[in-house]
Amino acid sequence: MIKHLLYGGLAVLGMASAVAAADSPASLMAQYAQQAGVPISGLSASRGAALYRTEHPGRNGEAVSCAGCHTANPTQAGRTRVGKRIEPLAPAANPQRFTDAAKVEKWFRRNCQDVLQRECSAQEKGDFIAWLSQAR
Amino acid sequence: MNYLLRGIGVVAAVGVFSLLAFSLPSGDAHGDGGGNVLPRTTNKAWQQECASCHIAYSPAFLPKASWRRLMGGLDQHFGENASLDPATQADILRFLEANAADSGTSRMGSRVMQSMGTNQAPSRITETRWFVRKHDEVSKSVWSRKSIGSAANCAACHRQAEQGVFDEDTVRIPKQ
Ligand code: HEC
Ligand code: HEC
Ligand code: HEC
Repeated sequence: MIKHLLYGGLAVLGMASAVAAADSPASLMAQYAQQAGVPISGLSASRGAALYRTEHPGRNGEAVSCAGCHTANPTQAGRTRVGKRIEPLAPAANPQRFTDAAKVEKWFRRNCQDVLQRECSAQEKGDFIAWLSQAR
Repeated sequence: MNYLLRGIGVVAAVGVFSLLAFSLPSGDAHGDGGGNVLPRTTNKAWQQECASCHIAYSPAFLPKASWRRLMGGLDQHFGENASLDPATQADILRFLEANAADSGTSRMGSRVMQSMGTNQAPSRITETRWFVRKHDEVSKSVWSRKSIGSAANCAACHRQAEQGVFDEDTVRIPKQ
């Protein structure tokens, strides 16, 4: 019995990690669209581009935007405030992007707070990925 | 029942072993060479979470009290949000404390402590007397060069900073 439980547990763990590894820009867009209560076609790449580019007043006066660190062109590498290289955000240039839901959520939480002084909505996250997915 | 116990035993043994392997002071065998090459102690969460915006600064550069304060305020981390889930945060803090400047595990740490009062908890490495003294030949205008940007950008000048190497041979100050 216990043996079965143990093996069952292992199988579930295995499945969970397989699912986690299987995230993709498309599956994340589907998830965010569902959370926002819209069909995938309700996500907008042009709204995503606007979110990426719009400058907001930062904490110490200077303008901040997603493009500020990730550069105007998301297929290019960006730079953190400390000067470390940030690999490109667009999946076309960096296939690692948007393949790990927990990582994506962590950075949306942090960066939206820093730039917008609030969390991003599911709709905004979906729009953002929709735009990056087609950036070439 | 047996399987469960054995399973737990194996997991525990592996856990204890890896704890030992990673937390033993590595000393000269792993190259605390001359004090300017850091012992290669590491921690997975620390490598993963503390190296995305800057290099993963060695725990030996600040005392425990500094790390405690820093890890308690990650949502307002030098003007940026670097927040983590509580379990990861606790894991990283344990690693930082175990290898901090005042943990007695590295020569680099002992040197940092030599120029610091016992009750001090500086919030920056670049503010410690030790750091300022080591860099007294670097003039103010150099720090703000475009390719450097900040004294916290160790890797701009210390070409092997990510590997914990800070000796003279690997320093090169970028020209602009
Ligand atoms: C202060 C610099 C900075 C700003 C501003 C910034 N980011 Fe980032 N962002 C980063 C860094 C650093 C990473 C992690 C880099 C890495 O993992 O290679 C990152 C990663 C991400 C990721 C993770 C993607 C993945 O799958 O790996 C997302 C999503 C993201 N940022 C969205 C945003 C959004 C949305 C904005 C604007 C609201 C923004 N960022 C503004 C620095 C910034
Ligand atoms: C979201 C980006 C980000 C992440 C993630 C991050 N930091 Fe930082 N960190 C910064 C910024 C920005 C500074 C300020 C650098 C400056 O002033 O040039 C900084 C500075 C520091 C400093 C002081 C450097 C000095 O000037 O001496 C320490 C120490 C530090 N971070 C430790 C950590 C640790 C430990 C972690 C992991 C738990 C971490 N950081 C994760 C962005 C980040
Ligand atoms: C502007 C370039 C620059 C930056 C940025 C910089 N350093 Fe240095 N560092 C130097 C120079 C130059 C020396 C002196 C080398 C020598 O002649 O011994 C030095 C010396 C050192 C030494 C002593 C080496 C020795 O041989 O005694 C250590 C340790 C060190 N730096 C750590 C750091 C750390 C940690 C950071 C980031 C928080 C940092 N440095 C950022 C340029 C820099």
